[in-house]
Amino acid sequence: MSILVILLAVVFLGIASGSIGTFTFLRKRALLGDAIAHAVLPGVALGFMVTGTKMPFFLILGACFTGSLSIYLMNTIVQKSKLKMDTAIAVVLSGFFGIGILLITYIQRNYGSEQTGLDKFFFGKAAAMLYSDFIWLFAICILVIVCIYAFYKEFLLISFDKNYAKSVGLNVRLYEFLLSFLTVLVIVTGIQIVGIILMAALLVTPASSARFWTNKLSNLIILSSVIASISGIAGSLLSYSISKMPTGPWIVIFLSLIAVASILFAPKRGVVARNLKSKRLKKKMFHDNILKTFYHLSEADGSFNTLRTSSELRNRRYFEEPKLSLALRDLMKLDLVHQSENKWGLSNEGWIKAKRIVKVHRLWEMYLTKHLRISSDHVHDDADTIEHFISPELEKELEKLLAYPDEDPHHTKIPYT
Amino acid sequence: MEKESIIEAHDLTVSYDKKPVLWDVDFKLPAGLLTGVIGPNGAGKSTLLKTLMGILKPDSGYVKLFGNKLDEVRKKVSYVPQRESVDWDFPASALDVVLMGLYAQKGLFKRINKADREWAMYCLEQLGMQDYKNRQISQLSGGQQQRVFLARSLAQNASLYLMDEPFAGVDATTEKSIIDLLQKMKNDGKSIVVVHHDLQSVNEYFDWLLMVNTRLVASGPTSEVFTQELLEETYGGKLSILSQMAHILKNLEIGRKEHEKI
Repeated sequence: MSILVILLAVVFLGIASGSIGTFTFLRKRALLGDAIAHAVLPGVALGFMVTGTKMPFFLILGACFTGSLSIYLMNTIVQKSKLKMDTAIAVVLSGFFGIGILLITYIQRNYGSEQTGLDKFFFGKAAAMLYSDFIWLFAICILVIVCIYAFYKEFLLISFDKNYAKSVGLNVRLYEFLLSFLTVLVIVTGIQIVGIILMAALLVTPASSARFWTNKLSNLIILSSVIASISGIAGSLLSYSISKMPTGPWIVIFLSLIAVASILFAPKRGVVARNLKSKRLKKKMFHDNILKTFYHLSEADGSFNTLRTSSELRNRRYFEEPKLSLALRDLMKLDLVHQSENKWGLSNEGWIKAKRIVKVHRLWEMYLTKHLRISSDHVHDDADTIEHFISPELEKELEKLLAYPDEDPHHTKIPYT
Repeated sequence: MEKESIIEAHDLTVSYDKKPVLWDVDFKLPAGLLTGVIGPNGAGKSTLLKTLMGILKPDSGYVKLFGNKLDEVRKKVSYVPQRESVDWDFPASALDVVLMGLYAQKGLFKRINKADREWAMYCLEQLGMQDYKNRQISQLSGGQQQRVFLARSLAQNASLYLMDEPFAGVDATTEKSIIDLLQKMKNDGKSIVVVHHDLQSVNEYFDWLLMVNTRLVASGPTSEVFTQELLEETYGGKLSILSQMAHILKNLEIGRKEHEKI
């Protein structure tokens, strides 16, 4: 089969599985998808045994049958017994897959493995697909895409808020059934390229990676289709160039690479972005504490113009060295602190900031004592962490609520600018 | 002359997993009122609302809304689920959620148009949420999420509203603005039923009360039923025999009616 046809097929499959997989992902049905993929194996084998041909129609029919049967069984187990969904999934997945392997082994003994080529269903082999396989693949993918376009609103509603969907008169069962049915169709189609064992990855990994990059459902569907298609193209090109290699593992490797990259590097949601944010916050807290300590020292000896050594700062509040020196240098770059010889002092702007931190700290202490009736010797530690995060709006509200108090609960003055 | 009944519940018994959580609930609710549903935790308040809305099927009994079956008057009824019933980490903005209120009226292939957006914006404004229209819903505070749900319900432009704890997790200022809105809707002729937790505000908020504790303790004008005696009956624990019976039914190997299969 020409590589162009294969590439076209993986793009179609990518769009279908990326978009239907978005709903699988949002409805938290990832494991269900995995179970269905495994459960289609006995269906494929039965399709072959009953008809004695490899006609895709019969194999797909058999796969649809056992795939749907597995969904029915899992739901029934949960409804009629006290078992939970995770157990039902494990039982059905291994049960069906075991039967499937038995049947495939039987077929290979009796018909010869080379001849049947059914083993391609385990890891997927795009190059081994026949012309008629492609026709079916295109037809099913187009059906799935059209259905998602047509029932977009309904699928969205049952994925987000099932009770509300029922309340507006939507036939929730029908649409849930339709979603499951389309999922089975995509799985049945996809296993020829990706294989049974890895099919769940093509269904769920694209959407879960894409979720890191977008907050909009329509974009999520598009992006996860793109991710699935690109991985499909890269994977099948590689497996095509290295002969006798299955397609599925390569596609899944690319999917996983994109997933890892998304988890690490996505803006805002990614691990790196979160770590940077938390580092920035910690740095800000450290800076706040230094500025505040300048204020406390000056408040203690009444002299706001005296320069301080770093050991003076450290005697007043615990700071680690050399972190303190580095932070003082940072503060100098921000024009909050100036240095002469070994001593440091606050700039005008530094004083404004320091005063504000002390003010919101003491306002918060007042708030806790007055409105939460916490005794004044218990409020300091809480205020020491809260002071860094009080927004200007909340600061104004506190001032108004407490009517600009002169002193905090420990009778020290609250500085207003 | 008696006012038209907007809700009629006839001997509703509702079960979860064979265990009845509501027994023989029977009442008629006059139109044009702001009604409170009160009762302790686990009393079946949410279950009652879900059954009225057709989300749960009763074991026995039936509901009539506007004197009709629910399916005939569905467009005139709107439901606000509990805020915790959905996963707010869903890829949608506040405006997207409000637009869901219009989905039922829109058919297949019909996309949301400009007029729909304007109407949804108007509903957001009613709740003071217009500045948050593009905010991702997981970024909203609990009170803001609650207001988004209410705006979605307004978007349906119904005559009867059933709201499950619209004041849960809402600060005092927001609660005031929501109750003002509900009063205004009532004055426009809408009927509103609200599951409520705070007994302090019952007298001030509601014209009518449904007092529930696995059975209907009282249904009537607030001034008549909000009494010490009925409150004690409502909050005085579950009836022992009723709970024991529910437990027996739950563990029964057969359905509770002779012809019923499990």
